[in-house]
Amino acid sequence: MSEEVTERIAAVWRIEGASVVATLTRVTGDVALAEDLASAAVLAALEQWPGEGVPRNPGAWLTAVAKRRAIDTWRREDRRRERYAQLAAVLPAETEPDWEPIPDDVLRLVFIACHPVLSRPAQVALTLRVVGGLGTTEIARMLLTSVPTVQARITRAKRTLTAARVPFETPEPAQWNERLAGVLGVVYLIFTEGYAATAGQQVVRPDLAREALRLGRVLAGLVPNEPEVHALVALMELQSARFPARTDATGAAVLLEDQDRRRWDHGQIRRGQAALAQADRFGKGRGRYALQAAIAQCHAVAPSVAETDWEQVVVLYEALSRLAPNPVVELNRAVAVAMAGRPADALALVEAVAASGALPTSHLLPSVRGELLSRLGRRAEARGELLAAAEAATNTQVARTLQAKAEALGSH
Amino acid sequence: MKYMLIMRSTPAAVAEHENTDFAEVLTAMGKYNEQMMNAGVMLGGEGLSDADEGAVVNFDTEDPVVTDGPYGEVHELFNGFWILEVPSKAEAVEWARRAPLGRGARIEVRRIHEESDFADYADHEYVQKEKGWRAEQAQRRAQTAP
Repeated sequence: MSEEVTERIAAVWRIEGASVVATLTRVTGDVALAEDLASAAVLAALEQWPGEGVPRNPGAWLTAVAKRRAIDTWRREDRRRERYAQLAAVLPAETEPDWEPIPDDVLRLVFIACHPVLSRPAQVALTLRVVGGLGTTEIARMLLTSVPTVQARITRAKRTLTAARVPFETPEPAQWNERLAGVLGVVYLIFTEGYAATAGQQVVRPDLAREALRLGRVLAGLVPNEPEVHALVALMELQSARFPARTDATGAAVLLEDQDRRRWDHGQIRRGQAALAQADRFGKGRGRYALQAAIAQCHAVAPSVAETDWEQVVVLYEALSRLAPNPVVELNRAVAVAMAGRPADALALVEAVAASGALPTSHLLPSVRGELLSRLGRRAEARGELLAAAEAATNTQVARTLQAKAEALGSH
Repeated sequence: MKYMLIMRSTPAAVAEHENTDFAEVLTAMGKYNEQMMNAGVMLGGEGLSDADEGAVVNFDTEDPVVTDGPYGEVHELFNGFWILEVPSKAEAVEWARRAPLGRGARIEVRRIHEESDFADYADHEYVQKEKGWRAEQAQRRAQTAP
């Protein structure tokens, strides 16, 4: 019974946690306090619900309990009278059974969790906690770190926000684009961490990527008129559609060219296409996420590697390269150029990346170089590069795949 | 994980429902769907038309018997469904609890099979074929997509 209630509380928190914290932040003006109060309310629920039953509107219950606790604390401390008065004024409304959270409060919460005063790890942890409604244990498991680390990150993040007196508001128009880009960056970082696990045994951590996708959909509901939000959702849908085919029975990574495309999630591909079409409908031109989504779409709709519209992929990478120059994009562009039948041109692009000194420790550079050399028939050099790539790879499964490729080239 | 929430109700409940203001029902259902979409968990759903337009094929006898709706001995009618993507059964159940339904209604919460459920039959001819069918179907739809 009590285990059931515990599970139910976790589910309620997932569904309503963001709204509860957002409401409390609006009332108290302090996200750190709001999160503490909400956590305390969840503890109260864990104590009371097993005996008393789950209230009809659990979110309203949590919010009301948290507010009462805030008032009690302040009454004891006999200070912050102004806020106390403010709270007392809104309290009666909270006993209404039809508590309806304000979506804009959740949006303000998103902007606080991804605020630029916070470090990226802090933004990720706080977003998963207060917007995603995940417990610290779950966050630690997803991020492959310890519970104390996650707790410390969240505590530090809250302290930073309080110290910086970050207001509970949506950004000014002049800062809107930059701040929204920051939020999208956090969501996409969570996704990529799940999509291409950078460390550890697993190639993909689908639960983390799925949570990022869900956060993206939440954002699309909150700011429906921002094409890049739909584009980000499209990108995540199209990329995660490949999850079922990205690992083999032993858990090893399967490269795009070797994936059984029948195993891709075709429902998800359709949703990704629809989201990209929605982004394009604004007619504002394609941003970085839309371009990446369009590339993912080229792969998603192609029956095989050979039948992929590589010229289109090259054009999209060129556009992306102009918009957001990045050595990883250059490497991907090189791969596309090679696939379009020009491996020598592709190698020149890779050499340019190498000459720039970018990506000195990444396995990507030697791995792409190795592939291209292999295609150009320079097997010995190719083998050397692939072995170097295997050496550099931090993900054990990726290293194994590269090793196997090198061995397949023989030792001559 | 994907779950299907299957909405069922007794014919009596369906009949009673007909007396309530349809616009109110639409609003309540619309709000419910909107909540699930805004929470990023709803992948789809459909409602079914009246049972009296339907039929039941019963396999109790060697030759299946066909009955026109609303099919006498069937106590609960399948009226519609939602497809949700959530990490746990508890969360699927929590969403089901929130549906704007009344007395006589039921929601059955069922996990949708994933390919990994058929791992032991991965080489089965029709498990293989089905993968191909799904991909082909999707390919055709992709070509007609906007």
